[in-house]
Amino acid sequence: MALITCRDASFAYEGRTVVDGLNFEVQTGDYLCIVGENGSGKTTLMKGLLGLMQPKSGTIETGDGLLPTEIGYLPQQTSAQKDFPASVFEVVISGRLNSRGILPFYSRLDRQIALDNMERLGVLHLRQKSFRELSGGQQQRVLLSRALCATHKMLLLDEPVSGLDPLATIELYRVIKSLSEETGITIIMISHDVRSAVEYASQILHLQNRQVFFGPAAEYVQTDVGKRFLGEGGAPNGSSS
Amino acid sequence: MDLLLEMFSFTFMIRAVVVGLLVSLCASLLGVSLVLKRYAMIGTGLGNVGFASMVSATAFGLSHLALAISMPVVVVAAFLLLRVSESSKIKGDSAVALISASSLAVGVIIVSQTTGLTLHVCSAMFGSILAMTQADLQLSVGLSIVVLVLFVLFYKQLFAVTYDENFAKATGTRIQVYKSLLAILTAVTVVLGMRMMGALLISSLIIFPALSAIRVCKSFLSVVITSAVISVACFFVGIVLSFGYDLPTGASVVGINLVVFLLLSGVNLLRQGGKI
Ligand SMILES: Nc1ncnc2c1ncn2[C@@H]1O[C@H](COP(=O)(O)OP(=O)(O)O)[C@@H](O)[C@H]1O
Ligand SMILES: [Mg+2]
Repeated sequence: MALITCRDASFAYEGRTVVDGLNFEVQTGDYLCIVGENGSGKTTLMKGLLGLMQPKSGTIETGDGLLPTEIGYLPQQTSAQKDFPASVFEVVISGRLNSRGILPFYSRLDRQIALDNMERLGVLHLRQKSFRELSGGQQQRVLLSRALCATHKMLLLDEPVSGLDPLATIELYRVIKSLSEETGITIIMISHDVRSAVEYASQILHLQNRQVFFGPAAEYVQTDVGKRFLGEGGAPNGSSS
Repeated sequence: MDLLLEMFSFTFMIRAVVVGLLVSLCASLLGVSLVLKRYAMIGTGLGNVGFASMVSATAFGLSHLALAISMPVVVVAAFLLLRVSESSKIKGDSAVALISASSLAVGVIIVSQTTGLTLHVCSAMFGSILAMTQADLQLSVGLSIVVLVLFVLFYKQLFAVTYDENFAKATGTRIQVYKSLLAILTAVTVVLGMRMMGALLISSLIIFPALSAIRVCKSFLSVVITSAVISVACFFVGIVLSFGYDLPTGASVVGINLVVFLLLSGVNLLRQGGKI
């Protein structure tokens, strides 16, 4: 049984369908990249996978005993405000909330997991700092640590490298790849940087307000749509240079 | 010192100080979330709804039940305001402003048709420390402790919902539950503080300490603690001054809060100036 099975799903805002024909499966351990132009429905689909939005038609099923409280998420734009007074540690450990459930305070184990994840992403030394004072790349790593605190099963990342400089971009891609290889965690990442997507991901899902490709990355580069999209230099933030 | 001794020789003053300190503490803790979530207007709205329900209770000759009647009314209003401020259809903050002005209007109309604009209206608007009875004291102390305990127990959920609602929701937190909790606790605090601080001034007890603390603190926990300390200290200084110089209590407490806010804003400016 797949971790996620999407059957004939479509999503709409106020009755206006923005993406449909979604048919794909995500297996445990996959590294799936969702690609497509701006406005093609990538974020919308991710909201559906997270249960923040219900499909207009079709179904999204979860398997392998995946619970909604076992998903880690890195939003495209965090809904938190820029000038919120929170320390890095406070932000990261808030990812442990749903493992802790209704019990008050965080346990020693929660703290340890938070510290371990910060170390893994190289932000441990920043733990006392105020989140709002970090650079963009540091903030993304902190938010990725928080996402990891929430899950050991599945990470959903919405354009994690947008706004980062080329070096920070490559570093973040490497970190994500090593997470996938070392921990076996399932990763679903949105990116409009196709070159990096086919380089790092195992599966590609291409959206154009409907599903135009789903399959292994190696197969995607052979298809017409893949060639065309890659040929367009589909790396708008120039990260592969 | 003599002033303090004299002050505590009056039972009504002891009552006022005890309830005031507890309510200030509750208000400052909840205020951090409300200010950071941009729900500060809800405090104002609840104050006005509380005013309307209190003067109405008095107008219909139920002044001894004013607290008991206001409580459910304001709790319901809190839910409503929370919903309204989130709806994207009507602009949230305008809607809150509308509700709060309307409830003030309703209150004033009821008063003008019944008792007229008398002393009790003035005390409902601007507060009075004489209003506190023994029963009020017990109710206030009990409920403040409940608010404090719930705040501590659900501190991490309140942080998560305040900091990043979407992440909390996406990872399986039932955010509506905790937002409603925030609304209920705020409503209870507003009603408890209204008597003394006045319906028009109670929201500043919620907003000021948090705003001041945010000026100088870097972590959420330090904001919460600083806000609590500022609030309790300002209340105490305010009530002593009001006793010593015969000033209205609510207004003196707000005045002291304003002074602290300006001071800390100045500190913050200096600090940033130093960095550049
Ligand atoms: N909250 C919303 N309400 C109405 N329409 C929306 C909303 N969010 C996105 N859309 C529309 O849905 C389409 C897909 O958006 P989105 O999924 O964010 O695209 P992507 O992430 O691929 O850039 C766009 O046309 C966008 O205008
Ligand atoms: Mg998007």
